[in-house]
Amino acid sequence: MASFTYRHYPYHRPAELDGRSERRAVVIVGAGMAGPTLALALAQRGVRSVVLDEDDTVSLGSRSICQAKHSLETWDRFGVASRMVEKGITWEQGELYLHDKPVFRFNLQPEPGHKFPAFVNLQQYYVEEYLYGRCLDENLIEMRFRNKLVAITPDKDGVVVEVETPDGRYTLDADWLVACDGVRSTVRHLMDLPYPGEVFHDRFLIADIRLLSELPKERRFWFYPPFHPTNSVLLHRQADNVLRVDFQLGPDADPEEEKKPENIDRRLRQMFGPEARWEHEWTSVYTFTCRMMDRFVHDRVIFAGDAAHVVSPFGARGGNGAIADVDNLAWKLAMIVRKTAPASLLESYCIERRAAARENILNSTRSTDFITPKFPASRAFRDATLSLARDFPFARALINSGRLSVPTAQAGSPLDTPDDDTGWGRGPGPGRAMLDAPTGKEGEGWLIDGLGPEFTVLTFADEQARVVDLPREATCLCIVGDGLARQRYDARPGTTYLIRPDRYVAARWRRLDVAAIATALQRATGNG
Amino acid sequence: MAETPTGALRRTLNLARPDDVYNAIVDAHRDLSDEQCRAFDARLILLLANHVGDEDVLREALAAARETMEEA
Repeated sequence: MASFTYRHYPYHRPAELDGRSERRAVVIVGAGMAGPTLALALAQRGVRSVVLDEDDTVSLGSRSICQAKHSLETWDRFGVASRMVEKGITWEQGELYLHDKPVFRFNLQPEPGHKFPAFVNLQQYYVEEYLYGRCLDENLIEMRFRNKLVAITPDKDGVVVEVETPDGRYTLDADWLVACDGVRSTVRHLMDLPYPGEVFHDRFLIADIRLLSELPKERRFWFYPPFHPTNSVLLHRQADNVLRVDFQLGPDADPEEEKKPENIDRRLRQMFGPEARWEHEWTSVYTFTCRMMDRFVHDRVIFAGDAAHVVSPFGARGGNGAIADVDNLAWKLAMIVRKTAPASLLESYCIERRAAARENILNSTRSTDFITPKFPASRAFRDATLSLARDFPFARALINSGRLSVPTAQAGSPLDTPDDDTGWGRGPGPGRAMLDAPTGKEGEGWLIDGLGPEFTVLTFADEQARVVDLPREATCLCIVGDGLARQRYDARPGTTYLIRPDRYVAARWRRLDVAAIATALQRATGNG
Repeated sequence: MAETPTGALRRTLNLARPDDVYNAIVDAHRDLSDEQCRAFDARLILLLANHVGDEDVLREALAAARETMEEA
């Protein structure tokens, strides 16, 4: 008996089948985590969209389970993040084992004073269910379940798609189409676009089980444990007392054999002991690839998430990378649709998110190489690192069982205004994600709650002041007093940051200069 | 001799008693199988790399070790 009940979302006969058609501003293909997030982010900026999905329910299987802080902050804008935190398992600690002994513990967010934790473990089907719920309440979003994209005709100024439904086929005209349709993207295949990358041969087994006993919240990673002595094992807890157990099987494993319940149970019995009882939730034997498209934008067709780039699962960079993509894309596309920015602004989406994908692939490939060394010397260094780690703290930093996803630095983005003032200590520079902090006299609020839907001018002062003559597109947030926010931004009275809608820093100054803000804002919106 | 493009890596003698150090390294490998030698050397390299700390020096040493193999 599974812990999650799949709801089937209603199919409605599309108006186009009865001859009523209108050109759409944005069509989104795929209702995974990225598509609905994009639709909500567009709706928040007044832009209407249609979401097409061939299925009528959420993700089959728990799949992407580690929801990172930056993603939660994105979802918080739609009011669904607190529900995810309540339902999910907040974890910041992890423990690493070699053979049967713990080597060391780590803490992912040693710093308190953020609204959201570093990670919440929550099955992808819950994330999607909460997002679908919000989308269905939103007038500007039309969710079209059991609507399968079957043909696409891209053009310089628009896209025509053909869609198959239980009632027949229809065509849809759109100004923009965003492909959020996953690693086997139909859009990418129909457009015959290459997906270059590297294939890994090691096989892994995911066994999601509901263990009928109390469990630790932390992430555990074993190298050569007694219950699986030749390889590694990762244990992660999810909502509903579900555990993800990920066994590295090596390149020669037979997936059909490994998937048999009796073989999985034998492994689990060795791991949890003769007394433990569990129920199976989901099983998958997988290998993986790291791939990235050469361009994420092809005239009016935009690719995001796994459709555009895919990494190995170590490091929680798939789902979270996809959310960062659509967070980056949504405000730009909304400005272009509203004609407050030129279409060329999308070039920055391609540059910034390709750089992020490269970084994610690099990190994930390094983790993969550490977990599954590809040649004997690589294994010798890996094992040497593990055996040094207990007594030599430096070696712990070299152990790479997944460098967990943090917002990528977007160095060199054409939208950033480089620092003019010198002498910045800490504090996020241009191209870095902003940092949350408690605000208010009693620390009763959060910095991220003070952000506007568009750009935010974050300024620090000794007493509350109203900044006049700011550009219309920007909201002003004035932080008073000597709190954590001031430290995190290396701020003095007058220090001012220009923060993008996707919570990246576009520019910063030591004093509040309205003309400089206006210039930086022009640049950050492709109007410079 | 290989070029020294960045000059981060010391190429002249830096050991007070070179024979002693050389023999200490060799002796530490005595009685080890080839596989054990590889495991031992990996530990030694990691310990020393962390102690040196300077990435430029390490990268130049890696390049120098590889270049001299190609010359041999």
